[in-house]
Amino acid sequence: MDTKKAFPKKWLLSLLLILILATLPFYTNPYKIVSITSILMYVCLTVSWVMFCAPTRYMSLATATFFGVGMYTSGILGEILPFPLVVVCGGFISFLIGLLTGIICLRLRGFYFAIFTFGLNELVRNSVVWWEANVSGTVGRWVIILESMTIYYYMLVIVLLTVLVAYFLRRSRFGLILYSIGESEEAAAHIGIDVTRYRIIFFAVSCFFMGLAGAVMATKWAYIDPRIAFNPVLNFTPVLMALFGGVGEIYGPVLGASLLTAISEVLLSRFPYYYMLLYGIIFIVVISFLPDGLVGLTRKWRKETTDAIG
Amino acid sequence: MIKLVLDVIITSLIMGGIYSLIAMGLNLQYGVARVLNISHGEFVMVGAFVTFWAYKLFGINPLLSLAICGPILFVIGLFAYRTLFRYLRKSSQSVDIFEGRSMLASFGMLYIIQNIALLWWGPNVKAYNFLNYPIHFFGLTLEANRLVALLFTLVVVLVFYLFILHSNLGKAIRAASQNEASAQLLGINVHRVLALCFGLGALLAGLAGSIISMMQEITPVMGFPYLIIALIVLVLGGTGNILGSLIGGLILGGVTTVVLYWQPDLTLVVSYAIFALILIIRPQGVLAR
Repeated sequence: MDTKKAFPKKWLLSLLLILILATLPFYTNPYKIVSITSILMYVCLTVSWVMFCAPTRYMSLATATFFGVGMYTSGILGEILPFPLVVVCGGFISFLIGLLTGIICLRLRGFYFAIFTFGLNELVRNSVVWWEANVSGTVGRWVIILESMTIYYYMLVIVLLTVLVAYFLRRSRFGLILYSIGESEEAAAHIGIDVTRYRIIFFAVSCFFMGLAGAVMATKWAYIDPRIAFNPVLNFTPVLMALFGGVGEIYGPVLGASLLTAISEVLLSRFPYYYMLLYGIIFIVVISFLPDGLVGLTRKWRKETTDAIG
Repeated sequence: MIKLVLDVIITSLIMGGIYSLIAMGLNLQYGVARVLNISHGEFVMVGAFVTFWAYKLFGINPLLSLAICGPILFVIGLFAYRTLFRYLRKSSQSVDIFEGRSMLASFGMLYIIQNIALLWWGPNVKAYNFLNYPIHFFGLTLEANRLVALLFTLVVVLVFYLFILHSNLGKAIRAASQNEASAQLLGINVHRVLALCFGLGALLAGLAGSIISMMQEITPVMGFPYLIIALIVLVLGGTGNILGSLIGGLILGGVTTVVLYWQPDLTLVVSYAIFALILIIRPQGVLAR
């Protein structure tokens, strides 16, 4: 297949999509903007999860932690600093905590890395609960409120940034390094790659974007407490969305997150009582029958058609 | 002072016994069948609610319910393994991929079980009165239900341990956990053993839930903390090591009880901190050989 020809088309499509998203508030109602903002949030979380976890095959279950760190940064610094600075701070604090986590769990692999990150979220959440009950004497905090339009544009910029970084990371030298870690860590170390350093840095980079998203989205809730900020469900959702879309291509997680968020919004409004039950069923169906996600399906389909033609 | 110490010791034993039961169940599911069952805590919850229901609707003695709960949970576990997890195992290229997929699938199961329970029993806290009177011995006052719970927990733990150690099925389970291929060569039907392990894991969780319901209030969302505790004990005792889970459960029970008496709000934080520390220092388990 001629790959060079396919590039401009892809870029053109993405540009068109960005243009539509950027002008969206001019011709849709505010309610839809709120829904689309939550789609953007899940796209950001899923893409940043995929950025590190897909190539290296380290399954992180701490997305909620770094998202929550961003939210709490917004809650604490929201009234002190101008908002753009607050968002950047949220990202950087997440980045630093990501670095620290990476350094702490250097020796953990596979299952142990997954449950360490899973436990980390519980540790952070319960520590914050204890802190609020015994030291600061408050439960939760108020966050400054922004217009839904402002939140939308902030999220849009963050999503674009995340997708661009993920896209270029994948095709860069560092992307290859991450993939080689995933294939075989020993082999990667043998050919002279400083495996530990890249693992820690890129884990923290993926946390940076989760923190950005958290800092912005906190203003949507207006009030946050540890149960909202460090909700364990959010540890699993990006994984599911990534699997649903497929991690083979950059558009996989974007597609997966958008579709699943849209589906769950519809389910939530139609069947409020059975929503979570249905969500569980979707979870199992996706994992059982879509091992390579939607990307895998389209690839399979393409292969079949080319086989039929050739 | 002596009274306090005795009180702490007895509470430790009760909590420790329950933790051991749940963790041994998870150890069968992960250590042998390679399914990191995120919905394990929900089996505890189902066990508690079945006992509650049997008592409220039919007036069945909660101690008798142990004999009802066990088989029900065993069948649920067996069914889940034979339909979902066996399919995932067959369609995964490697054990690593199977572990990842089965963990996520079990998270989906958590949602399904928890929400069926919420729809069925409602979100309210429930409790029943069972042997709720004080007993005095050695100058110590204890509720009768706690004493009975202690007794039954220890009996179940002991019976199960002897079963794993001495019965043919127990030996087959240990063989499959050490080396699947060799176990197969010795004529053990590994797929059957793995399914049984998953069922037995659910059974142990159900029994623990049944015992918990005798002493504490129950809700459909009570399961999650028990999952975390089981994970901590699993890491403490080492995967695949049943005795490790037993001892690990008792140790964690002791530690959390001491923290509970000293600074109740910190109980969970301390357990997670222990968990994180063990993972960092000795990921293969403190009690692992």
